[in-house]
Formats: sequence, C-alpha cells, structure tokens
Amino acid sequence: MRLELREITKQFPGVLANDRISISADRGKVLGLLGENGAGKTTLMNILSGLYRPDSGEILIDGQARTFTDPADAIKAGIGMVHQHFMLVPVFDVVASVALGAEPVKGFLGTFDRASARKRVVELSTQYGLDVDPGARIEDLPVGVRQRVEILKALYRKSDILVLDEPSAVLTPGETEELFEIIRGLAAGGTTVIFITHKLNEVLEVADTITVLRRGRVAGTVLPRETTRAELANLMVGRDVELTVSRAPAKPREVVLDLVDLAVRDDRGGLAVRGINLQVHAGEIVAVAGVQGNGQTELVEAITGLRRVDSGSLTVGGEVVQNATPRHVSDMGVAHIPEDRSRDGLIANMTVAENYILDSYHRSPYSSGVRLNRKAIAEEASKGVREFDIRTPSVETHVGALSGGNQQKVIVAREFSRPVKLVVAAQPTRGLDVGSIEYIHRRIIEQRDAGAAILIVSTELDEVLALGDRVAVMYAGQIVGVLSSEQATKEAVGMLMGGVH
Amino acid sequence: MSGLRRRLRPLLVPVLAVLSAFVVGSLFLMLSDLKHLAMIPTDPIGALTGAMGDVINAYRALLLGAFGDPAKFALAFEQGTPKAWTTALRPISETLVAATPLMFTGLAIAVSFRTSVFNIGGDGQFVLGALGASIVALALRDLPAPITLVGALAGGVLFGALWGFVPGFLKARTGAHEVITTIMLNYVALQIVQLALRTDFLRQSTNSQPISKVLDFVRVPLLIPLPGLRLHWGFIAALVVAALISWFLFKTTKGFELRSAGQNLTAARYAGMSAGGSIILAMVVSGALAGLGGAFQVMGSVTQMSNDVNSGYGWTAIALALLGGTRPGGVVAAALLFGALNNGGHGMQVATSIPLDLLVFIQALVIMFVAAPDLVRKIYRLRPPKPEVAATATEGASA
Repeated sequence: MRLELREITKQFPGVLANDRISISADRGKVLGLLGENGAGKTTLMNILSGLYRPDSGEILIDGQARTFTDPADAIKAGIGMVHQHFMLVPVFDVVASVALGAEPVKGFLGTFDRASARKRVVELSTQYGLDVDPGARIEDLPVGVRQRVEILKALYRKSDILVLDEPSAVLTPGETEELFEIIRGLAAGGTTVIFITHKLNEVLEVADTITVLRRGRVAGTVLPRETTRAELANLMVGRDVELTVSRAPAKPREVVLDLVDLAVRDDRGGLAVRGINLQVHAGEIVAVAGVQGNGQTELVEAITGLRRVDSGSLTVGGEVVQNATPRHVSDMGVAHIPEDRSRDGLIANMTVAENYILDSYHRSPYSSGVRLNRKAIAEEASKGVREFDIRTPSVETHVGALSGGNQQKVIVAREFSRPVKLVVAAQPTRGLDVGSIEYIHRRIIEQRDAGAAILIVSTELDEVLALGDRVAVMYAGQIVGVLSSEQATKEAVGMLMGGVH
Repeated sequence: MSGLRRRLRPLLVPVLAVLSAFVVGSLFLMLSDLKHLAMIPTDPIGALTGAMGDVINAYRALLLGAFGDPAKFALAFEQGTPKAWTTALRPISETLVAATPLMFTGLAIAVSFRTSVFNIGGDGQFVLGALGASIVALALRDLPAPITLVGALAGGVLFGALWGFVPGFLKARTGAHEVITTIMLNYVALQIVQLALRTDFLRQSTNSQPISKVLDFVRVPLLIPLPGLRLHWGFIAALVVAALISWFLFKTTKGFELRSAGQNLTAARYAGMSAGGSIILAMVVSGALAGLGGAFQVMGSVTQMSNDVNSGYGWTAIALALLGGTRPGGVVAAALLFGALNNGGHGMQVATSIPLDLLVFIQALVIMFVAAPDLVRKIYRLRPPKPEVAATATEGASA
C-alpha cells in the first residue's frame, strides 16, 4: 500500500515536535527516515501508529485519508510497528508470542488454536525468509532472532506497512546484514517499509528514498544513489560534519593499564571475563569491540573498582588496583564514562552543577570538609559548561532536561575536569547524533594526545574503527584477537565479533 | 515565570489537595446529615441550604478549635487577665503541642525518604526515644535540672538513633529490606517499653497500669508562662531542627551524598560514594530525630512514660513526609496542618456533635489527593510540571 503523510504538525508544550512534515512511501518501497535524536522521528511514528493525534495534517493510505484514535486503528489499517525495545513475553514460545492478542480460537469455549497459529507462523516465515524455530522460547533466542519474531508479529496482523524503529541498535554487523536481506525480501513481496535510524550507512544501503528530518521539519528528501554520507550528515545536523575525526598516529609510551589473566564473575556467579591479557599504553587508544553481553560490562566494572576481580592481576600505572574502591580508582586518575549514562553516570533529578561534581564533591574547592561551597561549584560547573559547549539554560537546570548529547557532555566534562591518567569509556556515544559523536570523539583523541591511556568499549563497529589505534575483539569473555588499526577492517573485526576466528 | 511564582509553584498542588479534601469532606458531611436528607422530598432547597449551613458551622468550629476564637482574643485584650489570655490562646497552643511530635517524626521520615530508605519504624524509634529520656531523667534526677533535661533529651536521641542504626546496618550489610525490619522492630520496641515499665526503677508503684513515675521534677520550659498552656520549647526546637536538617541536606557534603544516593544509588556508587554508609547515616539521623521527638513528648507535653505517649506519630509521619514533598519546610507545614486538624476536630466535635472520625476522613482525603498529583492537576486544569523534560525524555527513550 502507498503511505503518505501530509503536513503533519504536532506541538508539545514548549516544543514543536513535528512542523508540517510530509513524507511518502510507495508500495513495495523502503523509505529511510533519518534524523538526530529530537528531530521528531519518534513523534511522527507515534502519530502513524495511533499513539498520538496530530494537531493538523493528514495520513493517507492508498490515497484515502485515515484517522487513528488508538493503536488498534492503525493495526487495522495495516500498519505494523517493530519497536526498538521488543514487546515479547520471555517465557512464551514463538508461536504464542506472535499470536498473542490476535489468537485464532477453536471450539465452543474459544480456546487457543495453537495448530493453526503455528501453521500461519510457518507459512509467513518461509514466505518472507524469516528463519525461526516456531517452538523455541523467546528467552532462549538471540536478539536478532527476537527481532524477526517482532517482524512476524506485524506480518501476522496483515501489516502492509512495516515501521522499524532503530532496528539495528541491538544487532551485530552480521545480524544487521541479515535484517537488510529480510527488508529487501519484504519490499519485493509488496510490503512498504519505513526504516527509522540515525545511521547514515544503513539508509544508504537499504532505502529506496531517504527523508531527512531536522528539528521537527523535513530537511530534504534524496535518493541514495544521488547522495553521499557527507551530504546526509549535513542535512541532519545543518552544518558540515567530520564523520571520522582525523587523528595523528599514536605515539604509545609506557604501559598504564595492565591486565594479566584477569577473570571476573557476573552477578549470577558465572565467569564473564575469562582470563584477559591486555595492555594499554599512555598516548594510545585501545578499542574493545564486541557484541553486547560478551563480558565487556564486567571488564569495565572490574577496572573501575565496581566489581570484584576473581583472579589475575589488574594494575594502573604499576599500582595494583584490583578490588580497590571506586573512589580510590578515580583518585588515581582514572576517568570513567559509564555505558548507561542515565543509570550509571547521572542523577536526572539533580542539577547540571551537582552532576558536574558528582565524583569530586568531597574535595577542595567544592567541599570544606563539612560544608559544600556553592559558589565554587557554580563557578567550576559554568566553566565546564563553557569549555564543553554544553547546551543548558543554566547550571541549575536538572540534567534530565538536557538532550542525550548534552547529558553525555556533562559526564565527559566532569571526568576530564580532573587530571587523567587512564580513560575508560564504555559506549561513549551510544544513541547520540552525528554532531555529538564528532565532538566526543575529538575530546577523547585530545586526551590521548595529552598523554592519557584510553580504553574504549563499544559495540559500534564504526566507532571502534574510527578511534582504535589498536582494536581488541572480545567474545565470550575472552579477547579473541588484537588488530592494529591497519589490520582492523570492518570485515575482519565483524568476523571476530561473531566468534569466527 | 517570575521568581515568586516559581517559588510558590510547588505549593500549588498541596494547597489544592487540602482544599479538595475539604470540599469532598463537606459532601460526605451533607450525606451523613440525616435531618436535612429527610427534608429533601418536601423542601429540597431548604434541605440544601440547611445542610450547607451545617457544613459551614462545622468547619467554623474546626477553625476556632484549632486557632482560637477572635472574640475571646478581643476579650483578652480588653480584660488583660491571665485567665482570659489562657482561654484565648489555648486552642492555638494545643494545636502546636499536637504538631510538635509530628514535626519531629515527619522530619525523620523525610530524611530517610530523601535517601530512598523507607523508614517505617518511626513509631518504634519515637517510643524508645521517650523511654530513653525517661530512664536518663530518673537516673540523673538529683543533678541540677538543666543537666538532667539535656541528658534526658540526649538519651532520647541515642535510643532513637540506635533503633535506626539496626535496620540501616542490616540493609547495608545483608540487604535485609528496611520496610520489613523497621516494621518488626516497632513491635520489639513496644515490648521493650512494656518490659521497662515493669521495673521498679521506672514503674509508678501506686498504679496498677504500666506507667512510669511522674517526671515532673524536670520539664522542658514552657513557651508562654501562663497556667494551663502546655506549649513548650520543644516546638521551637522542632523548627530549629527543621532548619538544621534543611541545611544538612542541601548545604553539606554528607547531605549531598544522601541526596545522590536517594535519587540514583547506582550513579552514586559509580561516583565513588559509599552506598552502605549513606543508608546507615540516613537511618541513624532518621531514628535520632524520631527519638528526640519522643523525648520532647515525654519531657514536655506529657509527664509520664507509658505506651500512650505515642499515638501513631511514626505512621502519620509517612503521610507528612509525602505531603511536604520531603522538604523540611513542607514537612513542618504539613505537621502544623495535621496538628490543627487533630486539635480543631475536638472543638468541632464538642460544638456540632460531628464525630472526630470525619477529621480522620479528611486527613485521609488530603493524603489521597497529595498522592495523586495528576488527579489534582486534572481537576484544576493545571499544566503538567516541566513539559520540556517530558518531551526530551520520550524522544530519548525511543529515538
């Protein structure tokens, strides 16, 4: 079916989220919807899926105007959503998960007709090449397969228009390739696909047309073969962006971080890090690549004093730090950019200034022992805000009110406000737009050039390749390969990430 | 928005909640008004006006009972006799006496809530504080009165702090949930008081009830030197403590740790703060405040230690902490409101024969409306707070 949105406008208090946005996608075509966080992509999709109602504008399906009062209307009209966070019941099997809410029933009592549900699931999965075991339990499935189940769910509800919201965020490079195959197959079969993302490469690879949103408006609609990454980035941000921050070759000096046969257990007591040997030198960036959940979180927590080391040794600048307190580690000059900024790095209901001093509040000039020195705190925080170009109304604004990019800048500003010997940065640019990514990468490289040792942990291949002077790939709790930046190609790292070596 | 309006904005919802509670309360007053209900078939307008008149009378009696009668104040000014002044001032004095223990326990609970520790043990900490004060007072009765008094108050603080430390320590060390442990320790505290009141050291030998000797040899000084007015310096102490707690939470390094741990324990831990230390400190401070409240109660408002020194102050405190938005100033205001309702309710009961239970009902409505701020905002068509936060939050969650 052909989908068209015409002049959609949606105002929230203080924010014009969508300002006369028009997009269209023909039957069997893939529309890439590209934009930074806060550009209005999600609001637009919530309007399309019936969660919000537009203030003005219309939704046309095959030329007919439709209004959706709730998500059920949108589903009836043939619109299927695959959310970034999956909506599946972990203990159900695939058939039950797909049929849930639209179960075929049989008999007098109207019991769940599992056999016919299963038949449809198998039909759909063969028809569209969505390879899943219908009897498998959701919790046993890898993330990529769970996503296929979500797509099956939409198809099962006879969706002719499929909306995918940031679908690659949770996938490995290999799984992303498979997803693109599936999308192409769906389009060939007549499904209209809307693919929402902030990743330039992906829209270029899979979309038939690309509409770029910026600050609630359409910044441009282009064809992939007629555009470049640089042009797309410019449309997204509104200025030229350096996609890969240039850096001089590393000049590694003495070893700062030294891991020897390091083993760390996860919360359930299983070994998450299984004997890692790795050195990070002053003046170099080592990027640890790997799919989420291969022990990177536990590794970072062990280095920063948040998790006990099971065996092996861990030294920073020659000093043994295994099982030191987080404060001791940070006092030694270790900066930590945690992987989940809102959970680990910031206190949303406290001000920018308070978050700026979160790990040095007990030191001069912020504290006199008993009392906090409000004036010094405000002054230093204002300095950080200026230096790191943090967009905030004031240092007394709650940090939760800032955009993701600015929140991350608060953390980076805080961590780099102290003398730094080692930087441990986990997912430093997760969920950020290209402009903020550029900025944070540049700051990290500055720290390297100033002589700090840098350990980056990232699941983003682009980031690993852009920053790593050496790339270490982690798989199942071990380092399965360390590549120099010349050896580290997308293919080589991707293979190691998938456990092929 | 101007500075003043921004400052007053947090007050809007609680004030409207109180107003709503009185409006809904008046509906129930009318519905329980059998005399006027019976009149509806014959004289509906008369029934309505009559019922509304009764409601107004009841609320008037409530106000007079809580704050005093202007006519009596006028009389006191005219006559100037101590007796006339006592009569005029007694309602407000009793309101403040009723509010004093609530201020202490409310502050105690607010401190713990700020740290995201749910101290449900205010009751136990309060009675043990009262017990501690009584024991120290009796032990030091031969010393000069000021020493005895300070010792007794310190005893209350110590007992209360100890009773806060135990669940705090258990949570920090073993993860034992403080809601369970503090509730259970309430019962233990009550039994300790029972046991202590059986000892010859405490017990008043002439009384068959478990009640202590009269502790009138040392009292917290009265605020107004008129016979019959019980208001004592404990009330001023509560105000001072509220200011101190406010300073502690918002201006000190330790207070920063407590607030950080309360808002986001993970981030506090990542920033190098000791989560266990914050939990223990919050529980100790919380227990100490409740204990001090108990000490002032037994050394000021009543003169004998018994299980009756406490009437659910630790429980009401939970509502007060929420009503006051866990801000010390807010808690003081909430405690004054509840003190006024409790005390004014007696006046209303005497004047109109409306049972005191209605006041409990109105208190419950206040709590309900405060607990459902969205409901209050809907009723009065207020804008939701901080729309820009909501907008970025939704974008961030899915984009």
